[in-house]
Amino acid sequence: MALLRDGDAGAYETLVRTHMPMMLRVARRFMRSEEDARDAVQDAFVSAFRSIGKFGSNAQLSTWLHRIVINACLMRLRTQRRRPEEDIEEYLPRFRDDGHQVPPSEPWAETADTILQRTELVGVVRAAIDQLPDTYREVLLLRDIEELSTDEAAEALGVTPNAVKIRLHRARQALRTLLDPYMRPVSR
Amino acid sequence: MNCSELITTFLADYFEGTLPPDTLADFEHHLDVCESCVAYLQSYRATITMAGAAGTAPRVDVQDVPEDLVKAILDVTQP
Repeated sequence: MALLRDGDAGAYETLVRTHMPMMLRVARRFMRSEEDARDAVQDAFVSAFRSIGKFGSNAQLSTWLHRIVINACLMRLRTQRRRPEEDIEEYLPRFRDDGHQVPPSEPWAETADTILQRTELVGVVRAAIDQLPDTYREVLLLRDIEELSTDEAAEALGVTPNAVKIRLHRARQALRTLLDPYMRPVSR
Repeated sequence: MNCSELITTFLADYFEGTLPPDTLADFEHHLDVCESCVAYLQSYRATITMAGAAGTAPRVDVQDVPEDLVKAILDVTQP
């Protein structure tokens, strides 16, 4: 860290090479194209180097960079907004006036573990996540994939923790609806 | 508690483990008598697991450290 703060060129390169795989993995989850993911990683490193003096000596460098690349992705996504929030309604469960779900839910044929051993379904799950409206997709990525806490996700998005909880539940419900046709028993 | 209340209002807090005891008892009583909500809860749980696993599954079609990106970053950040 001392070398980085002193502006040592070799230390810069070592940091980039060491942390780029993690940074790119995160950016590829958030951004919809490889080009956008690379741009977000570049933004993140530029931001990190500019603020390296503020990095606390007790903090984990990888955790700090993880947060920076997430913020870089969210900034880029904000400039690419394409779908309004209300689009999520079509993916939420429906209920009769007496509170019963219509149609009733049916059990999935397999467990999550066995489903994920079918490699083609990993692509199905990723595609379903990408179908979510952006504000819900971002919350799901932050909480269920990047494993930020509710408060951390709220800070990253600039919303209240309660808004994160509501959006996350709706995002999970919508994702469940999108996956449902792939998970039913084959005979149905 | 009916299906709508269980799924829409209380399911998220159930997964967070933050339902008050009385509400939790009502929630579990509904599950005892409603196959649809049991199926929904199981598939909701599986959805969370699959999102995490699919999101973090390694991709084999991309480079971990693209040299052109390393060069571009160092070009604009080198002191």
